[in-house]
Amino acid sequence: MNRETELTPRWDFGAATRQSLRNESLAKALFRATAKFDDGRRALMAALPESDLLREKARQIKDDVLQHLDRYLAQFADSVEKAGGIVHWAKTGDDANALVASIARERNVKRIVKAKTMVSEETHLNDALESEGFCVIETDLGEYILQVAGDRPSHIVVPAVHRTKEEIAELFNTSFGVSLPPEPAEITKFARARLREEFANADMGITGANFAAADTGTVIQVTNEGNGRLCATWPPVQVVFMGIEKIIPRLEDLPVFLKLLARSATGQPMTVYTNLITGPRREGEGDGARELHVILIDNGRTAVLGSEYRQSLRCIRCGACLNTCPVYRNVGGHTYGSVYPGPIGSVLSPLYEGRSRFSALPHASSLCGACYQACPMKINIPHMLTAMRAEQAERGDNHVLERLGMRLWALAMRSPLLYRFGGTALRWGMLPLSSEGWVSSLPYPFSGWTKRRDFPLPAKKSFRGSFKE
Amino acid sequence: MRVSLFITCLADLFHPEIGLAMVTILRKHGVELVFPGGQTCCGQPAFNTGNWAEARSVAARMLDVFESSEYVVSPSASCTAMIREGFPRLFANDEALHARSETLASRSFEFIEFLGKVLHVKSADARFNGRLTYHYTCHQRALGMTTEAEDLVKSLQGVTYIPLEGKERCCGFGGAFSIKMPDLSGHMANDKVERIIETGAEAVVVNDTGCIMNISGALKRRGVPVKVIHLARILSGEVTAP
Repeated sequence: MNRETELTPRWDFGAATRQSLRNESLAKALFRATAKFDDGRRALMAALPESDLLREKARQIKDDVLQHLDRYLAQFADSVEKAGGIVHWAKTGDDANALVASIARERNVKRIVKAKTMVSEETHLNDALESEGFCVIETDLGEYILQVAGDRPSHIVVPAVHRTKEEIAELFNTSFGVSLPPEPAEITKFARARLREEFANADMGITGANFAAADTGTVIQVTNEGNGRLCATWPPVQVVFMGIEKIIPRLEDLPVFLKLLARSATGQPMTVYTNLITGPRREGEGDGARELHVILIDNGRTAVLGSEYRQSLRCIRCGACLNTCPVYRNVGGHTYGSVYPGPIGSVLSPLYEGRSRFSALPHASSLCGACYQACPMKINIPHMLTAMRAEQAERGDNHVLERLGMRLWALAMRSPLLYRFGGTALRWGMLPLSSEGWVSSLPYPFSGWTKRRDFPLPAKKSFRGSFKE
Repeated sequence: MRVSLFITCLADLFHPEIGLAMVTILRKHGVELVFPGGQTCCGQPAFNTGNWAEARSVAARMLDVFESSEYVVSPSASCTAMIREGFPRLFANDEALHARSETLASRSFEFIEFLGKVLHVKSADARFNGRLTYHYTCHQRALGMTTEAEDLVKSLQGVTYIPLEGKERCCGFGGAFSIKMPDLSGHMANDKVERIIETGAEAVVVNDTGCIMNISGALKRRGVPVKVIHLARILSGEVTAP
């Protein structure tokens, strides 16, 4: 865990929520995109007769990997080296960033093109490289837009989902002195032309890895834009920046995951580009980087491996839980204040970026279970969220009123007599506040309920008072 | 067949008519009913807020209260899910209590689930004269329930059934969530209310007391006269029209 972030103030999810809920253009952009992906996912998964079997198989494969991660990592590193690649190990995010910087410095690199990688967001790789004087260009269209805007991703798969096409056209027009219409095709054509130049002039390409096969040392990367392939093949040096949990045992396991990933992420049967990279360019080959470096990053993962949150390491970053989450759909990714938003982010952020800083996130869920149902890796996110809440309460990191209230409540619930008395008292207490059986303003700490809803008065006669055997 | 009624604290105190409707239907099926008077709450408010010591103390009592039950039936998927999933987690480190919680879990059913799985009820023997829509409450997911309740709603005589857009989307109740994240929770409730209004239905079936309180409270605040009804009250013949 990063000590620095532990010391920074707590993220005020409630305040961020209020701000996001007021933003109508955000609501429009979010709803359109998340509904499209979520509906697409449901339709495609329903059309795949073996989808339940695939999910179970994928879960088993990943659990096996996590159970024997040391062995598989060693095997992967050997395979990469056998194929001619160079493997580096990074304990922390800073270590990983420093490794990239030193590879770049030694090769006199000036310009770097980068495909989308979430782990590089986690380690703040761009900031680190830029502070050392390197020019880093994001080449995923969404990431590129955010880089131009000085903004950060709000979604794992579609990073600029919070921006409308109108906002993006305006951004490019003011930043580049052009006059693009708010048409996705026109905006993309413009960005594509600019990015081509960046690819051609780059001395190094950085990519992530969606999967990495231990038996062959193959790094698998999927994109829809082809930018990943250009990052991997055009510049003379490629650096694969990946978390250690990305391993799969065998290349032949890949189809199980590919079938699930695109369907779950964007409701596509396949992504447009699927790159399998095994080592650098060999003698006689026409493309590929001359030099391939693979940086294997821990950054807190081994600590999670040994905890009750191990199943979170099964995550393949598809974003299905974000698209289906009624909370995410309403407030968007920035509201979470962390690198990973949404339901899985509410688990990952406290684990990787500070339990205390992000103590609000495990509560940013009604525990509706939509995320668990959507997850292709069967990660039980609601379980982990409640486990985190329990962990917080155990170390006293919850509100003193809640602690006290819960003790009193439990006392009453352990005694049917007190419970009945409490029920009667509740009715009599609320009666003067009510009109026609409803209360429109409850006192603190229950006032939140009546901000937007009325609260019903308890019934005159309870069930136990009415039931006859 | 003997069924122990687990009415849940919210239905007991706020909507006793749901429990009474359940009684009518189960008796019609010849089921012998008992109401263990020691029951209070399943402990979910403490469990969901992370106060597991308190949740444990309340859950342990539930194990005592329903120790000798053949079946435990509740009008709430949420409280049934607490018994089925929550109790074994609470007692993970206590072999004896864990075994007892697994036993109770295997005997516990949500009411609609019980109708289908145990009493093999496949269609409704009741009527509703009006336009009706249906909200899928979230904890049915945790119980592995899919269209059981919706199928019954569709099979009501005289009903005009109008599907609710995003019926499986959470209404924003979430127990303590509604107090801790009031803006978000209220926003989600209003979103649900808007979808309900769009259907033009005169009533909406909602099969969990917490969700009923949330959705009806949001409808009330907006002055929308759509009724929120637990399916048991229609199946029992208590409610036949909006």
